[in-house]
Order: sequence, then structure tokens, then C-alpha cells
Amino acid sequence: MGILWFWIVALMLAAYVVLDGFDIGVGVVYLLVAKTEAERSQALRAIGPVWDGNEVWLLAAGGTMFFAFPLLYASSFSGFYLPLMMVLWLLILRGLSVELRGHLQDPLWRSFFDVLFFLSSTALAIFFGSALANVVRGVPIGADGYFFLPLWTDWRPGPHPGILDWYTVLGGVLAMVALALHGALYLAVKTEGGLEHRALRLARRLGPAVAVLTLVSIPATVVARPNSLHNYETHPAAFLAPVAAFVGLVLVATALKARKAVRGFAASCLYLASMLTGAAAGLVPVLLPCVGTEGQDLTIDRALAGPHTLRVGLVWWSLGIALALMYFGIVYWLFRGKVPQEADGYGH
Amino acid sequence: MDALTLHRIHFAFTNTYHYLFPQLTMGLALLIVVLKTIALKSSDPHYEESARFWGRIFAVNFLLGVVTGIPMEFQFGTNWSEFSRRTGGVIGMPLAMEGIFSFFLESAFLGLFLFGQKKLPRWGHWASAVMVFVGSWISGFFIIVTNAWMQHPVAYTVSPGGIYEVGSFWGLLGNPWAWLEYTHNMSGAVITGAFVMSAVGALYLLQRRDEEYGRVFLKIGVIAGIVSCAVQVFPTGDLHGKYMAKHQPATVAAMEGLFHSEKGAGMVLLGQPDVEKQQIDNPLVVNKVLSFLIYGTTSAEVKGLDEFPKEDWPATLPLLYYSYHIMVGLGTYFLAVMGLAVFLLWRGKLYRSRWLLWPIMLSFPLPYIANTAGWITAEVGRQPWLVYGLIRTSEGYSKHIGAGTSLFTLIGFLGLYSVISILWIVLLYRFIQKGPNAPLHEASEGLTTA
Repeated sequence: MGILWFWIVALMLAAYVVLDGFDIGVGVVYLLVAKTEAERSQALRAIGPVWDGNEVWLLAAGGTMFFAFPLLYASSFSGFYLPLMMVLWLLILRGLSVELRGHLQDPLWRSFFDVLFFLSSTALAIFFGSALANVVRGVPIGADGYFFLPLWTDWRPGPHPGILDWYTVLGGVLAMVALALHGALYLAVKTEGGLEHRALRLARRLGPAVAVLTLVSIPATVVARPNSLHNYETHPAAFLAPVAAFVGLVLVATALKARKAVRGFAASCLYLASMLTGAAAGLVPVLLPCVGTEGQDLTIDRALAGPHTLRVGLVWWSLGIALALMYFGIVYWLFRGKVPQEADGYGH
Repeated sequence: MDALTLHRIHFAFTNTYHYLFPQLTMGLALLIVVLKTIALKSSDPHYEESARFWGRIFAVNFLLGVVTGIPMEFQFGTNWSEFSRRTGGVIGMPLAMEGIFSFFLESAFLGLFLFGQKKLPRWGHWASAVMVFVGSWISGFFIIVTNAWMQHPVAYTVSPGGIYEVGSFWGLLGNPWAWLEYTHNMSGAVITGAFVMSAVGALYLLQRRDEEYGRVFLKIGVIAGIVSCAVQVFPTGDLHGKYMAKHQPATVAAMEGLFHSEKGAGMVLLGQPDVEKQQIDNPLVVNKVLSFLIYGTTSAEVKGLDEFPKEDWPATLPLLYYSYHIMVGLGTYFLAVMGLAVFLLWRGKLYRSRWLLWPIMLSFPLPYIANTAGWITAEVGRQPWLVYGLIRTSEGYSKHIGAGTSLFTLIGFLGLYSVISILWIVLLYRFIQKGPNAPLHEASEGLTTA
């Protein structure tokens, strides 16, 4: 039961990264590829009907983690207090900029939200990447299961790490570049004209950067947490995940060469999902590894809620997710195809 | 200030601010469904246009509710980690269900409602408005289930280590406290929606502009207003109060300012509680009413605070006492204003009664105050307990997060929410100023990207 809930939460987080990842990615590349007012409006309309629903995966994953692994929720949310609060502020600013920009015609109003959209999205990508790197590297968990991390210490992963060290910064940069690629590909799929053209061109430049950073991140992970290969040695099937990630990257490259945006975007989804699956496969059954000597790893068994809670949860969770997938199907189907260059929204 | 106090202010501030938005959107969602339903049947185009106008206002408020709501779900873990660790097996359930059953629904159908008018048939657009309404009311339900369990914990099991788990799923969802609190809260939200809609209607009539719309807003607003104001008092407020007197007697004594047990207790209408001397200064009391309201007989004994050990008294008694009295006082005023307005509507005089349109227009902030005061009554009234009778508030906060850190992020939220307030005022002013008849490409430009 514990393993099942581990993978449920992991997959919900992966769904968040793949889905809201392209909204964030659009924000990262927004100022570079959308030059005119018409293009910026077109870029925002490409994510307009879906970004909020995509963001819900984060909340739903957080809520699911709360009831399935109360100790993990309590320990990690309080331990990562400062970065999480900043993520909240950034999520607020990103949401405001996507939604409020278009309400006034004033060019100053719009420029303000343009820059805010870019800054908040870029910072979000970096924060999420380093958050994942923090989880992979481990944190100094105390005997009571709690910890509190300073923002930085000596910039080295070790017994006294901070939120930021060279490894987690690398994770942040990788996430920013990978989501930029993801967002550029999404724009290439959903838009037309100059915007589509520039998005494709940018994606071709970002592809090699993602590949290099991914290659660097693997030995870096082994250095930052030597234990991380353990699961792969005992369960070689886990290697499927990193292999799938590389297949994803290769497919992105070939699709870009053939100028097939849809194929490229699908490959990018495969890449992101496989990277996250790979990270999760390296952890299980640990939820949050411990560094230092005081405490011990936060494992599934330690953090799991009671059997009745989990059994009941499985029933409504399955029902709820089936409904959610249906809603997503309806929305994405209704808004399929390219976003027209001319606005055509509610009120026209 | 110590860490506990700061964590409490942190949650109280972010939550109070957040709830300014959902109380309007949950109420408006219902009123928009009413407008859309009339528009389906009616040949009068003003109902469809009115739904569109309020849809714009709904969208901005919904957005602000979403972005200020995310911190609420995170703060259980960040600021109240001990509470989360011990009760996550119970309250994590309704919180997760809110995300999965409500947020996905709301976000998907709001997108359809705002973007889909041309893509959807008329009934499809109507259905998306209904789904947004259903989603937002489901969301309210799960939050109230969570709060109700903290107010009146039921259907749980507890381990020797003090870890709580769900004992019965249906027992948790069927908590009588939850249903009383939910109906009371939702009719409170409709009151906010009704007053805001009526206020804009009154404004247009007073300004002698967009008068066809002003009449639609006023008519729908005051009818929804009188129904919700009446339901707010009876049965929801009445039953909720009686249930509370049974299960949180110390809270009720503090709310009413009843320091000493009394047979045939009177109800204090006005007066200032003096906690030191344990008395109400300058009291204006209606004899025997309190006994009657709680027990249905004027001679029943109502327990005063002196029956309870002082460490179980709500610590900030005057705040509780005043919040409760503000809520009840405003509720009475709402009933009077809406009652009068509906009477004049029935007599066909409302639209010309400028003396009443003025107070209707000016009253729109009051339901926000009343709803907030009601929540302060509930939450301060629960003190000193985090989970009533089980976990004290002082046990629940994140012990590893110091006062300085909590203050830092509180200041951050204060700053950010100040900016949001300014944006809200600017946008709402523009929407109302331009009105439902605004040239389409200007007023609705926003939602082409929204």
C-alpha cells in the first residue's frame, strides 16, 4: 500500500511538471520569442484556458501527500519553509501576470506584467529544479523527523548542506533550460506565424544545452549522494527511466531537425516524466534521505498514514482522478489546434 | 512576539485575506447561474449581458481567490507541522479531496465559461456556469469539513503516540457540525454576492446610467439577498448556535459575555466586556432571551464562564465577544435593508426610492465584515484548542520555525497582498465604470488572455 501511494504522489508530481512545466516554460522564453503585442497576446492565449488546471496538479499532489504521508508533509514543508514561501509568492505573481495583463489596454500596464511573467516563471523553474535536487541529495533530518535548512551554508552538499549548493544550483539551471525547451516546443505547437518560427528556432538552440546539462547531472548526482545508485544496482529495471529520458532527448533532436513541433513536444514530455521517474526510482522506499548522523531517512513505513485512511482514499482518489482526466480531455479537445492570431475570447 | 503568536497571526492574516475573494465568488457563482438560466428562457438580452458582465468580475475575484488560496494549503505544513503530523490522516483527506474533486472541476469549466461562449452551444455555456458553481460549492464543503473536524472532532481513532486517523469516512463527511457550518457559511457567501450585485445596480440607478442593467442587478440582488439573509438567521444560525451551546459551552458564554451562570439569562445587545472584573460595562440587555434562544424556554440555566477553568477560556475574549456581536448586529441590519428593498420591489417602487438606493450602494463592504467577523468568532471561539478538546493550539505549530522567520514571511505576505489589493481596486473600478455596455473590444479585452 505504501509503495502504491508513493508512486501515486510521484506520478501526480510528474503530471504537474509536464503540464504546468510548459506554462512555466512559456514564461521563461516569452520575452525572447514573442515580440509584438499580437504575439504576446497569442502566447498567453495558448496557455490561458489551461494553466490554472495544470497548476491544480501541484495542489492535488500536495494534498495527497498530506493525507497519505503526514510526517513527510509536516517535515518537508516546515523544513523547506523559506523556499516554499518564495515558491508561493512566485506562483501568486505568475498567476497575476498571466491573468491581469490583458485587462487594461495601457502599454505600461502590459509591459509590467510581461516582465513579471518572465521573472516569476524563470524563478519558479529554478526553484522547482533545486527543490528536486534537495530531495535527491538529502537533508539533515533530526531524531524527531524534522529539519530546518538555511538558504545556503558553504555551497557544498555534505553533512551541513543549505538549500543552495553547487548541486542544487545545477538542478535549478537544468530545470530552467529543460522547461524553456518544453515551453518553446509548446508554443511552436500552439501558435503560428513569427512566434511559431522563433519558438522553433529557440528550441533548436536549447536542445543541446539540455542534453549537456543532463549528462553532467548524472555523475553530479552520484557525487552529491553516493547512495543514489543503490536502487539501480539492486533493480536494474530502474535503468529504463534514464534510458527513456535519453530516448526523449534524441527524439526531440530528430523532431526539431524535421521541424515537427508536435513530435518534439511529445518527446519533451517523455523526457521530463522519465527524469522524474528516474529520481523517484532512485529514492524508493525512502521519501526524504537523511544526511549527517543524527537522524535517519524518512521512509514510506515511517511516514505512512493508517490502513483505513489509505483504503478509503484509494476509492475516492481513483474516482476523482478519472473525473479530472475527463475534464482535461474536454478542455484540451475544445481548445485543440493553433491559437488564432486574432483574439476571440469571452465577450466578443 | 513569540513564535506561536506569529504563526497564529500568519495563518489568520493570510486566511482572512484569502476569504475576501471566495465569499464573493461562491455567492456570485450562484447568481450567475440564475442570470444564465433566466437568459435561456427570456427574450430580454439584458440577462445574458448581465451574466457576461458579472462573469468578468467573477473571473478576477476567482483568480485572486486561487492565488491567495494556495498558501493556505501549504501553511498547514510550513507553520503548523506538529498539527499536520498528528492529524494529517484525518484532515489531509478532505483537503486532498478538495483539490481532486473541486479544483480540477472549477479550473476546467471556468476556462470553458470564459473562452467557450462561441465554441459551445447555449446550453453548453449554461452548463459550464453550473459546473463552476458546483465546483466552488464543493470546494467550500471540503474546507468546512476540515474546519468542522477541528471544531468538533468526530469519527477518528487515535494511536498511543497521539496520531489521529479517520475512523469512519462517512462519519467525517457527515459531521453534523460540518453541515450546520456549511449551510451557514454558504448563505453568508450568497449575502456577499447579493449585496455586491445590488450595490452596483443601485449605483447605476443613482447615476442614471445603464438603468436596464441596474434594474436587473437590483432585482436579482435583493431577492437573493432577502432569501439568504433569512436563511442566515433561521434555520442555519439558530441551529448552529444551539449545537455550539451544547458542544462548546465555554465559547458560547464568552461570545455572549456571560461571565456567570444564570437562570433565564438575558442577551447582551451592547456593552464592553471587562475581563478583569468579569462583567459587562454599560450593558444593554434583553431579559431572558438567551435562555430562550438556546433552550427554547425563558427559565433555562445558561452556563457562564465561571463554570469553566480559566485555562479553557478563549484567550482573547473581547475579540471573540465583539466579532460575534458585529456579526449578529450586521446580520440584523442586512435583514432590515433587504426586507425593505423586497417590499418596495413588490410594490414597484424600489427603482425610484433613491433614499434606499443610497444605503444599498454603500452597504457592499458590510457583508465582507460580517463574514469575516463570523469566521473570527468560529476560530477565536475554538481557542485555546486547535482541535477542540484534543490538541491545544500551543502544541501544533512548527517548533523549528523561529519567530523571526515567521515574521519575515508574514511581512512578505503583507506587502504582496497590499499590491493585490491595489490591483483589485483598479480593475473593479474600471469594470464597473465601463459598465455592461462598454465597447466590447475595450472592456472585454482582458479576458481574451484571461
